[in-house]
Amino acid sequence: MVLYPWQPTSAVSDQDLRFPTLMKQPQTMLDKVWDDHVVRSAPGEPDLLYVDMHLIHEVTSPQAFESLALSGRRVRRPDLSMATVDHGIPTVGRELGISDPLSRHQIEALEQNCEEHGITLFGVDDLRQGIVHIIGPEQGLTQPGMFIVCGDSHTSTHGAFGALAIGIGTSEVEHVLATQTLPRAKPGSLAVTVDGDLPLGVTAKDVILGIIREIGVNGGHETVIEYRGSTITGLSMAGRMTVCNMSIEAGAVAGMIAPDDTTFAYLEGRPYVPTGGLWEEMVAYWETIPSDADAVFDREVVIDTTGLEPFVSWGVNPAQVVEVTGRVPSPDSFDDPLERDSARRALEYMDLEPGTAMTDIGIDRVFFGSCTNARIEDLRAGAEVIQGRTVHPDVGAMVVPGSGLVKLQAEEEGLDRIYKEAGFEWRDAGCSMCLAMNDDILSPGERCASTSNRNYEGRQGRGGRTHLMSPQMAVAAAIAGHLVDVRAWQ
Amino acid sequence: MKPVSVVEGQMVPLPHANIDTDQIIPKQFLKGVKRTGLGPNLFYDWAHDEEGEVVSGFVLNRPEYAEAAVLVAGPNFGCGSSREHAVWSLADAGFEAILAPSFGPILENNCYQNGLLPVVLADDDAEEFAKLAADPANSVTIDLPAQRVSSGDFTASFEIDPHVKERLLNGWDQVDITLQSVADIDTYESSRPRFMPALG
Ligand code: SF4
Repeated sequence: MVLYPWQPTSAVSDQDLRFPTLMKQPQTMLDKVWDDHVVRSAPGEPDLLYVDMHLIHEVTSPQAFESLALSGRRVRRPDLSMATVDHGIPTVGRELGISDPLSRHQIEALEQNCEEHGITLFGVDDLRQGIVHIIGPEQGLTQPGMFIVCGDSHTSTHGAFGALAIGIGTSEVEHVLATQTLPRAKPGSLAVTVDGDLPLGVTAKDVILGIIREIGVNGGHETVIEYRGSTITGLSMAGRMTVCNMSIEAGAVAGMIAPDDTTFAYLEGRPYVPTGGLWEEMVAYWETIPSDADAVFDREVVIDTTGLEPFVSWGVNPAQVVEVTGRVPSPDSFDDPLERDSARRALEYMDLEPGTAMTDIGIDRVFFGSCTNARIEDLRAGAEVIQGRTVHPDVGAMVVPGSGLVKLQAEEEGLDRIYKEAGFEWRDAGCSMCLAMNDDILSPGERCASTSNRNYEGRQGRGGRTHLMSPQMAVAAAIAGHLVDVRAWQ
Repeated sequence: MKPVSVVEGQMVPLPHANIDTDQIIPKQFLKGVKRTGLGPNLFYDWAHDEEGEVVSGFVLNRPEYAEAAVLVAGPNFGCGSSREHAVWSLADAGFEAILAPSFGPILENNCYQNGLLPVVLADDDAEEFAKLAADPANSVTIDLPAQRVSSGDFTASFEIDPHVKERLLNGWDQVDITLQSVADIDTYESSRPRFMPALG
C-alpha cells in the first residue's frame, strides 16, 4: 500500500504538515507537489499522478470525448474539470452568432460534451468566459500545490501559484477524463534565479524574454523551471503568470513560482477559493510548498536585471530577441551552424536586413492580448502609455481582454474609453490573433507588434510577421507606427 | 494502438532546428472534430504557396521522397503548441518514425500515444542520418527492441524509457493500463486531506 505524506498527521498543525521522514531530505517545490500527487509508484514505471484540475477548451477536446464515447467510458470526475471557449471564438459581433461553420461546430461539440458529462462550462454567453489560462486564476480555480493539466501548451501559466501545471495532447486529455490521472516520469529541476530591481519601463515580459534568450528555446528541456530571486518575488501575480506562461517557449515541461503572501492575497475571496477555517488550513499547507532552503536543483541559472532593457523579437522563435535599443543581428554572428541557419531563414521570412535599428522597423498592426499579457494589470499598464496620444494612421490596433470579467473591470475603470479614443479596437475575450484561428488574422506581409508569446512563421496569419514585446511597448509602437523604446516616454 | 517494433523505409531530411507544431500543421486545420484525414495538410504553408499551389521544391513534395516513412529532423522538433493534430497529420501522411536530437515535450508524448516513434539520437548521429537522407535511395531500419537505427553501414543506438518501449512494442493503450490501478486511484481520492486544494 502507498503511504501518502499526509497520512500520519491526523490533526493538521502549522509545523507538521508533512510526513517527518520526508523532511530529512531537502526538497524542491517540484518534489513536494509531485510527491503529494503520486497515486501509484513502481520501479521502472512512470508515476501515476492525480490531477486536481483539468481545464478544457473547444479545439483540443472533441476527439478526446469522441474516443471516450467509442470506448464506452465515462468522465471519472466531471467536478474536477472546467471548460471554456477561447481559441476559435470571434471577438466581435458574437451576438450575431458564430459565422464560421467549423468553429461553430467545435463550440457546439464542447457544449454538448459538457452537458452530457456534467462539466461546468464558461460558455459563449457567460461573463466568465475567456482564455483558459486567464480564467483559472481569475476564478480562484488555480491554487498552490495543485497538479493541473490542460490540452494546451501554455498551461504552464498556472505554475505562477506554486502549482505543477503541464500541457498535454488530446489522447492524454482523454486519459485524464477517464482516469483523473496522468502517468509521468519525473522531470529534472532547473532553478532560474533573477535578482535585482526592474529598471523603469522593463516588465515581466522582458524578464521572461531575457531568460529565453539566455537559456534558449530548448534550454528547459525535460525540466521544470523554478523561477526565484528578488525580481520574481517582487512581481505581482499578473507578472508571475506572464513569466510562467512562456516556460514552454524555453522548452520546459512547466514553470513554477513559490506561493507567498502575494499569492495568498491574490486568491483570498475569489469565487472558488474556500473561506474561514478551511482557508486557514489551506494557507498553512501552501506555506510548506516552497523549496527547502538547502534543496538541490539539477541545474541553476542566474540572471542579473541590472541594465535589463525592454526586449523585442526580430526572428521566428522567442529566443530570437534583442534589446529595443539594439539592431537586427547578422546570421554570421551566431557560432552554432543550426542557429545561423535559423537566423538566416528567420530574417528572410521577417524581411529584415542585419544591422537595422529595431526602432526603425515600421509596423502595420498591433495585437494586445493573449494568455501572456491580457490581464487587467496589463490593460492598465498599456493605457498609461497613451496619455492622450492616438494610434498612428497607418496602424490597425486591437485590444482583446483575456476574459469577460477583465473586459468588464477595464470598462468600469474607463480603460476601454482610453483605448477607443486613442483609436484601438476594443474586442470581446478570446485567443484572437495570438493564433489567428478566427477572423483576427494578419494578411501576408503584414508586420505586427504583439503582446503574445509566439512569433513563429505564420502564427498570426500566413506570411504575417510578428514582433513580441510587452504591453507598454506594443501600445507605444501602435502610436509611433514603428517599434519604439517606451522608456523615452515615461 | 497498433504495436511498433521494427520500422523500415525511406528517410526524408528536414534538419532545421526548432520546427514548431504551427509549421507541422497550421491553425486552419485545427477546426475539425476528427483525428483523421490530416495528412494532406502536413507542413501546409511550406508545401503550398499562397494560392494553394504545390511548392515542388519543398522536400516532402519531391516525387523521389514519395515513399518516405521516417522524417529526419533537427533539435527540438515539434516544439510549441500541444496540438496532437501535428502527430495525426504526420501519421496520416505515412510517417512511422522521426529521428531528431530532441523533441518538444508535448509532441514527444503525443507521438507515443499514436504509435509514431520519436527516436532521440546524439547530435552527431542525427546529422549523419540527415546526410544519408539527402540521398533518396537510402533506407533506414529502426529496431525498437534492439534500440538501434541503421542505414547502410551506419548504425547508431538510442535510449528510450523502458516502460514506453514496452507499451509501444505491445501496442498497449495507456487508459487500459491505468484503469488496472483504479483501486489505487480510489484510495488516493478517499485519503486526501481536506486542506489539499480541490474544486467542487
Ligand atoms: S492566448 Fe494564444 S497561447 Fe494562450 S491559450 Fe490562446 S492561443 Fe494559446
